[in-house]
Amino acid sequence: MGTQTLSGSRRAYDRILRALLYLSALLTCALLLFIIGYIFIKGLPHVTWELLSTKPSYIKDSIGILPNIVNTVFIVAVTLVITLPLGVGAAVYLTEYAQNRRLVAAIEFATETLTGIPSIIFGLVGMLFFCNFLSLGKSLLAGALTLVIMTLPTIIRTTQESLKTVPQSYREGALGLGSGKWHMIRTIVLPASIDGIVTGCILAVGRIVGESAALLFTAGMGMTLNDLFTANGFLHSSGATLTVALYVYAKERAEFDVAFGIAAILMLLTLVINLAAKLVGRRLRQN
Amino acid sequence: MTSNDRKVGPIPMDASLPGLKPTAKPAAQAMRTSPKRAVERGMQAVFLLCGLISIGFVLFISVYLILSGIPAIAQIGPTKFLFGTTWASTAAEPQFGILPFILTSIYGTAGAILIGVPVGFLTAVFLAKAAPPRLAAVVRPAIELLAGIPSVVYGLIGMMVLVPAVRELFHLPDGASLFCAILVLAVMILPSIVSVSETALQAVPREYEEASLALGATEIETYFRVSVPAAKSGIAASIVMGIGRAIGEAMAVIMVAGNVANMPSLFSSVRFLTTAVASEMSYAAVGSLQQQALFSIALVLFLFIMLINVILNSLLKRGGDD
Repeated sequence: MGTQTLSGSRRAYDRILRALLYLSALLTCALLLFIIGYIFIKGLPHVTWELLSTKPSYIKDSIGILPNIVNTVFIVAVTLVITLPLGVGAAVYLTEYAQNRRLVAAIEFATETLTGIPSIIFGLVGMLFFCNFLSLGKSLLAGALTLVIMTLPTIIRTTQESLKTVPQSYREGALGLGSGKWHMIRTIVLPASIDGIVTGCILAVGRIVGESAALLFTAGMGMTLNDLFTANGFLHSSGATLTVALYVYAKERAEFDVAFGIAAILMLLTLVINLAAKLVGRRLRQN
Repeated sequence: MTSNDRKVGPIPMDASLPGLKPTAKPAAQAMRTSPKRAVERGMQAVFLLCGLISIGFVLFISVYLILSGIPAIAQIGPTKFLFGTTWASTAAEPQFGILPFILTSIYGTAGAILIGVPVGFLTAVFLAKAAPPRLAAVVRPAIELLAGIPSVVYGLIGMMVLVPAVRELFHLPDGASLFCAILVLAVMILPSIVSVSETALQAVPREYEEASLALGATEIETYFRVSVPAAKSGIAASIVMGIGRAIGEAMAVIMVAGNVANMPSLFSSVRFLTTAVASEMSYAAVGSLQQQALFSIALVLFLFIMLINVILNSLLKRGGDD
């Protein structure tokens, strides 16, 4: 403490906190760069055409992740086909129909709650209900149904956000011209908010691709290539998605090269998904 | 945020369109006999059903977990189950005490919050206030990317980098420990803390800051003594959200925490509530007491999460009402 006590201590406060701000932002970015760099350096050399296009073979003693890619695509598709109408419908109800404030509050509370429930709990309930009670067994379908519950809040929230950006005058115009409410929603409101719905889908895809705990007990850890186009294959084939395969190869089989290869693919997918969501979101804001 | 949505959500249809109701009614009367009216009615019911479905899911999950979690607790005895310190589910005389898991989850979450919150909070202040716009435009997507990375990837890095490093650094026989789990969780909760805090800080009215600056406070003083207190409920919400994420994370933790049912200490191999469920579920015999005890653990975890959700909701509501 010198002669300029007040201004000196204030200056120190200023300097120290400013340094801390920059330091923590730097730390966050350094972490991200390290994670991306490490995964790509360790993983990309192992991403070969053979890895991507074959299934694991004991005879050749080789590992391929084609089944896991197919499983991931299948689960994404089935989940979206079910969750999209449900989620968009719920959002339409909340923004266009609902009159009862209490009911809206209850639905929104439920949606928030679903967002907060950890995926392992979804996995457990999915296993009990879809696999055991509905006797689907450990199957991709059971996994997809579990993920429907998980991704619903994402779709509802993003759709709701974009429905709110549709100008009220559009609705007034449609109703004024004698359109019914459903006709108005179908022809005016939903097309006007398509960007938001697409953003919701992209975010949901991101969530599905990254999910593992909920799938471990519902979709199983199978590594064989499933024939998904027969009724039996559609209903009962079990299989690991990319994330589950990463877990199995890293934790249980000590095949770290394959695990890093899958991790690199997952990172690439995450990058693409983030970028896509950002681009669509930007278009949404411009409109 | 949500309560704000609630306010702007369904109201405009009624509030801003007072003239619509009377015009809509004759139209509806005209349609009374037509099939169009049936379609309208039908679609309204369908949308209502979609809306109700998320309530249905939440009720379903709660009821299912309670129903499948209660039997084992009743059989073992609530005190013995919650406060027993030994978990030996496959021993000849099995013991089902989950205190180690509960404490590990609490310590692990607390540790992650202790490390993650200061870094996340300061990063949020940086992004919302101090950063040059160009720099913020680079850092913000980076943090969103961090949020999108699958948890198994975090687990893999933890397992291959962190665990060996901790083993070397502290001369342990095995590096997989509570400490590693805390570090991984701290990184994983960072994005949600940053983005929720930043949103809250952005919402602080510019006039507050201008007034403070005009009174002679420096920029940094303004950020920390005016903006941060004004955004405190949003920042609190971000912390609670971080707690929720940390306590519910399973896959990343299972890869770095070692997975032995010890009472928690920083450098020993531990099990969290989530990993206790995950690690035994695949081989527990269907209908056995072991499997039912795992459901009970999930129920305990669920109760924790519901508590956190209720706190989070009230915080967000308060933030929206300010």
